[in-house]
Amino acid sequence: MPKRTDIHKILVIGSGPIVISQACEFDYSGTQACKALKEEGYTIILVNSNPATIMTDPEVAHRTYVEPITADVVEKIIEAERPDALLPTLGGQTALNVSVQLAERGVLERFGVEMIGAKLDAIKRAEDRELFKETMESVGLEVPKAGYARTLEEAKGFAQQLGFPCVIRPSFTLGGTGGGIAYNIEELERIAKLGLELSMIREISVEESVIGWKEFELEVMRDKRDNVVIVCSIENFDPMGVHTGDSITVAPAQTLTDREYQQMRDAAIRVIRAIGVETGGSNIQFAVHPDSGRLVVIEMNPRVSRSSALASKATGFPIAKIAAKLAVGYTLDELPNDITKQTPACFEPTLDYVVVKIPRFAFEKFPGADPTLGIQMKSVGETMAIGRTFTEAFQKGLRGLEVRTAGWEGPAEITVDELRQRLPVPTAERVFLLKAAFQQGLAVEEVQALTHIDRWFLQHLKELADSEAALKSRGEALLAGGARSEPEPEGLKEVLWQAKQLGFSDRQLGAWWSRPEQEIRTLRARLGVRPSYYLVDTCAAEFEAATPYYYSTYERPPMMIGTPAAGPAPSASSPRKRNVMILGGGPNRIGQGIEFDYCCVHAAFALRELGIEVIMVNSNPETVSTDYDTSDKLYFEPVTLEDVLNIVEREQPEGVIVQFGGQTPLNLAVGLAKAGVPILGTRAEQIDAAEDREKFRQLLNQLGLRQPPSATAMTEADAAAAARAIGYPILVRPSYVLGGRAMEIAYDDAQLLPFVRAAFDASPGFPVLVDKFLEDAIEVDVDLVGDGETFVIGGILEHIEEAGIHSGDSAMVLPPYTLGEEILGTIRRATIQLGQALQIFGLMNVQYAVKDDTVYILEVNPRASRTVPFIAKATGVPLAKLATKVLAGVSLREQGFTEEVAIPYLAVKESVFPFARFPGVDIALGPEMRSTGEVMGIDEDFGRAFLKSQLAAGQNLPRDGTVFVSVKNKDKRTVGLIAKRLEELGFRLIATAGTAKALQGYGVHAAPIKKIHEGRPNVLDLIKNGEIRLIINTPSGRLPRADEVRIRSAAATLGVPCVTTISGAQACVTALEVLQKQAIRVQPLQSYHALIKAVPRAVARDG
Amino acid sequence: MTTTTAKPAWLVLEDGTTFPGRSFGADGERFGEAVFNTAMTGYQEILTDPSYKGQIVCMTYPHIGNYGVNEEDVESHRPWLEGFVVRSLSPIVSNFRAQMSLEAYLQQHQIVAVDQVDTRALTLRLRREGAMKAGLSTVEPDPERLLKKVRESPGIVGVDLVQSVTCRQPYEWPAGGTAPLTAATRAGASSAKCHIVVVDYGVKYGILRQLAGLGCYLSVVPAAMPARGILAMKPDGIVLSNGPGDPAAVTYAIATIRELVGRAPLLGICLGQQLLGLALGGRTFKLKFGHHGANHPVQDLATGKVEITSQNHGFTVDLDSIPQRQVELTHVNLNDRTVEGMRHRQLPIFSLQYHPEASPGPHDSRYLFRQFLDAVEGASRSA
Repeated sequence: MPKRTDIHKILVIGSGPIVISQACEFDYSGTQACKALKEEGYTIILVNSNPATIMTDPEVAHRTYVEPITADVVEKIIEAERPDALLPTLGGQTALNVSVQLAERGVLERFGVEMIGAKLDAIKRAEDRELFKETMESVGLEVPKAGYARTLEEAKGFAQQLGFPCVIRPSFTLGGTGGGIAYNIEELERIAKLGLELSMIREISVEESVIGWKEFELEVMRDKRDNVVIVCSIENFDPMGVHTGDSITVAPAQTLTDREYQQMRDAAIRVIRAIGVETGGSNIQFAVHPDSGRLVVIEMNPRVSRSSALASKATGFPIAKIAAKLAVGYTLDELPNDITKQTPACFEPTLDYVVVKIPRFAFEKFPGADPTLGIQMKSVGETMAIGRTFTEAFQKGLRGLEVRTAGWEGPAEITVDELRQRLPVPTAERVFLLKAAFQQGLAVEEVQALTHIDRWFLQHLKELADSEAALKSRGEALLAGGARSEPEPEGLKEVLWQAKQLGFSDRQLGAWWSRPEQEIRTLRARLGVRPSYYLVDTCAAEFEAATPYYYSTYERPPMMIGTPAAGPAPSASSPRKRNVMILGGGPNRIGQGIEFDYCCVHAAFALRELGIEVIMVNSNPETVSTDYDTSDKLYFEPVTLEDVLNIVEREQPEGVIVQFGGQTPLNLAVGLAKAGVPILGTRAEQIDAAEDREKFRQLLNQLGLRQPPSATAMTEADAAAAARAIGYPILVRPSYVLGGRAMEIAYDDAQLLPFVRAAFDASPGFPVLVDKFLEDAIEVDVDLVGDGETFVIGGILEHIEEAGIHSGDSAMVLPPYTLGEEILGTIRRATIQLGQALQIFGLMNVQYAVKDDTVYILEVNPRASRTVPFIAKATGVPLAKLATKVLAGVSLREQGFTEEVAIPYLAVKESVFPFARFPGVDIALGPEMRSTGEVMGIDEDFGRAFLKSQLAAGQNLPRDGTVFVSVKNKDKRTVGLIAKRLEELGFRLIATAGTAKALQGYGVHAAPIKKIHEGRPNVLDLIKNGEIRLIINTPSGRLPRADEVRIRSAAATLGVPCVTTISGAQACVTALEVLQKQAIRVQPLQSYHALIKAVPRAVARDG
Repeated sequence: MTTTTAKPAWLVLEDGTTFPGRSFGADGERFGEAVFNTAMTGYQEILTDPSYKGQIVCMTYPHIGNYGVNEEDVESHRPWLEGFVVRSLSPIVSNFRAQMSLEAYLQQHQIVAVDQVDTRALTLRLRREGAMKAGLSTVEPDPERLLKKVRESPGIVGVDLVQSVTCRQPYEWPAGGTAPLTAATRAGASSAKCHIVVVDYGVKYGILRQLAGLGCYLSVVPAAMPARGILAMKPDGIVLSNGPGDPAAVTYAIATIRELVGRAPLLGICLGQQLLGLALGGRTFKLKFGHHGANHPVQDLATGKVEITSQNHGFTVDLDSIPQRQVELTHVNLNDRTVEGMRHRQLPIFSLQYHPEASPGPHDSRYLFRQFLDAVEGASRSA
């Protein structure tokens, strides 16, 4: 069946900001889908509020709405655009939910929009737990036994029937909030009570526990003709009970016989047919009892998912792209397999390697959060590794995780008793505890009993630990022998081969034998122990692959004996094409997310426009950068020095780009340069001048630029002395960290010392930086692109929150909305001066603080910053591409970009936080970054743009109702005006005694309410009862009172908007005014960009 | 995982490509045609599939032996292949049905097996150069000498491998049964829906289980049983089974089938299709490296639907060579457009190059057994 010709215009909904459980995998899938549909000639209308995505690049869709993804807003877009069809299955749960709302409100019917891919009834059958259960049973499949309770007594009744442990899930909450596992009646009461409270319909399900069962997933595709294929099977290392997003997962499934696998396959096909997903991909999760093989269906996602992105990268089968094509009527047999080109997409990929995905957590950012892994996802990113064996992939994955381990490393000092206590509890560290367990001699059986991890995995790990001990001592003996004479090369070679085949890194081997990593590398090179690069080809080498998608593995090459066959002489190498390597950012984490992947992808696009071959190296399966379409050659490898150098040796690139992927590739710059690898961009000594505090101070002095007084300290005493000399408040931070890790503001000695200790811990062996903190200053971010000669400002962003809030967490406005031309002039001149002085090649980001009309320089980073994609979306200037072409030798003048672009509208960047996932954690913003993602609000004036940014960030801003105000003493002066405006807007105010009294002074009436410790009913009761619609609560200090934390955390959990800064509150009130008075208008990015007069155009030299 | 105590072995291909490895099966030396199989599960079914007689099988999925071996997942009473080559033998068995480890099973059945071979390098060699003769030895320390023996070995072209795998005596298989009939189960023939004779060229139990599962009573007969003997059993239908090797070498079977044509509904599977093609006057030819795996897309030309199929064959039918357009193409392989199924234009004769019984592999094509039985019923009604 060829594609449909009765539809022309298709609306695609993206997934919005990056949040836990919805990350850049949906940019990957959405971008693929838009491209796939566009090449079929359809007009694509896209809505996505996330400016850091590739899919919102103005070239990807025809009309790109960077607007809040709410039913109201999308309805307006539908009204304006009148699409024929809506594709709801490629933008995660967000797109699916909004599509369901639009269908239920009758919007789709009213405007004649057809849902393609999955219809409303199919989505409901998959999403509604009771309907799902019915549907499964109707086709003879089992689901865990469950009951639905509306009271605690009912819940107890079900628990008694089902036995403990049992799983409690509140119906209709976001992201499984409030669910839990009860092991006894006491826990049941606690979790059930909370669940009933959290459920919007006061209902919870009590389910039979399948905790500890084996967990599997199948990625299924179906077309209009009812052809169904399984793209990939996945077996979870962590058994049921840990969210699959938080589990280590392995593809393909390892412990199923063909009979059991085919039963699961049959079940999956029955599921997709019964649910009725007509076309596209679905993810189906199963639990299998390890002793009986009993199979139950856990859930089904009637859309592409995080797992389908993983499956695409694991197999080379582009699920989202194919799903998009199937949605418009193609059948699987009509579509080619992109990898082989010769065979159709209607087949099931077969692997001849093992894929291991490992989640990346950020608990260090959320002190007080429960680090136990459960049915709610908590990880912020993931890395994937490919090897010929599980152990090889497992170790590659762990070193690619970038948690300072060079592979599988266990804690050195831990007792067996402690291990026995900690192993049963799934945590981010458990995988490392397993090593200690085997090193201390625990048996596989015991570890299995403690963890329920399958013995197949455990045995491999045990042998890995055993082999390590054996290889270490053999190597040691051989190397020691070598000190007297030459070490026996054959024995050593054998040791190295075995170690490398087990996935050990050079760093690990170096640690075994107390030698630097470089020495191991040299030794390997001498003995010829080198990796091979094998292809991810979908077919286990059965067909030739046209797509160069590689992974490394250590395989000993076969020998050739006998009379050699007269093979063809090696063909003369064709004239060498220019080639450049781009290093990606590895797993997403807070502080290093999609923004940097965006930059890497743009770098790849720019180089390809110049006809330069692009070699991409990255290990993050969620990203567009690891789509084999993005680069000419993709190496799915850990971004570590060893792995990168191996690829450099093989590819011999003319240069390597490290400035786009965030901290990960930057950290490799020194090692790569030492190894003689040409690094493109600003010269190393200039980078040093920006990063070395002393040299930087001198530079600023020369340029006549100011910076806050600062010092460095190597001891706690030094730090305290420096702080007193500079004068409090003081900003303390460690060297070389990302995302403001362990960055704190101290107001006196007592506060300072613990912060200094934490900073030393965060970056051991390096000085702690002690800066004057400019209280109440306005912060400004500036991005610049330079080519050594011409330096152009990409954008100036004014932070909404005052200095002291991490720039990654602040809301920002482009162009600045309060700063005067004079200040902006100073900032512009300083930025250009810095660009010139540092001879910037590529991108540079400068952070300023403006206090009392004085401009201070806080930081200069000679590389891509988090704000680059936002500026590009707001101004239409593709900064990352311009910078890349500079690196490739095309000047800005040649590219036609020599002037800063002014925009006649406003764009607001707002950050999105994961606090709802971490109950009990204080949500007050500070110098440590904690946001996972961002949104953009764009409109004609600040109020409207800010309002859009808040709606897009999921802030449920009220039109009326009660506002609770409680601010620290310092803010009591400024809060008066805010309160007055709220009163004028018709809001009712309540406040704690102190704040109420202060407000009285401004003639604002606020009803007093008790603080938590003052008795009941108190403010917490009102929040829980839904009587408060907005909270303005500024923290009393960096170490806030427990009361405040409880209030703010409850607000986050219950979705009540809570503003924690005065400047934020001012902006918020402006937004409320707009909300009350004006309807939201929508406009595509392309129309905004058209408003910019004389947009300088980037011109590719080679077309 | 250290190889210090492991016994070394050599795998040598006809072209001199030599892989050192670690023996994990029986001691000895075997020769055969090296082929690769791309199924990720189902090694036990592959081991016990008689069609692999004469072949040294390389599994492309690296971890093999993970779920051990059990009594149920067998396709015949023993493994038949000449040698087994894998990347990494599992150090442990993990499955609730496992009864034995893979290495113990192979040792028990005297199968030479080797791991720690770069099976992807081996597969690439076979894909580029085609399936070739190979030798696997745990006793020959000198690969050069092994190579000489490989080059002298007969290979499989023109060799009748069927005679070494077919049953010596006819046996029966009860309707609904999952194993051959024994004295204890000798009952139920009368209640069966129909009686099918399966000519055993190396039949997989999977075929028998599928037919029995549909209510057929089965008589399994040796490959050399003459047509008259088969017809004397008054079958409602006859299945020409799968089997190993070169169909052209099994001349007696071709002759027998020629006599069976038109006498009863026929279903040929795999070698059965090739023998049928030859019996109808056509030719067969050898594929470069064959189809061995569980992910081959086959399109049913009548409905346009695609089945993901289990395949295992090195030879195939040249449809155009069958004279007088007696047959029409019913199924085609979407990867290389080779013949996957055909039917006689006048007679109830069907055949498939792939394995509708799966085992191992997807169950997409099992409906074909029912289709055949429908034809059998139709034929008996009209008879």
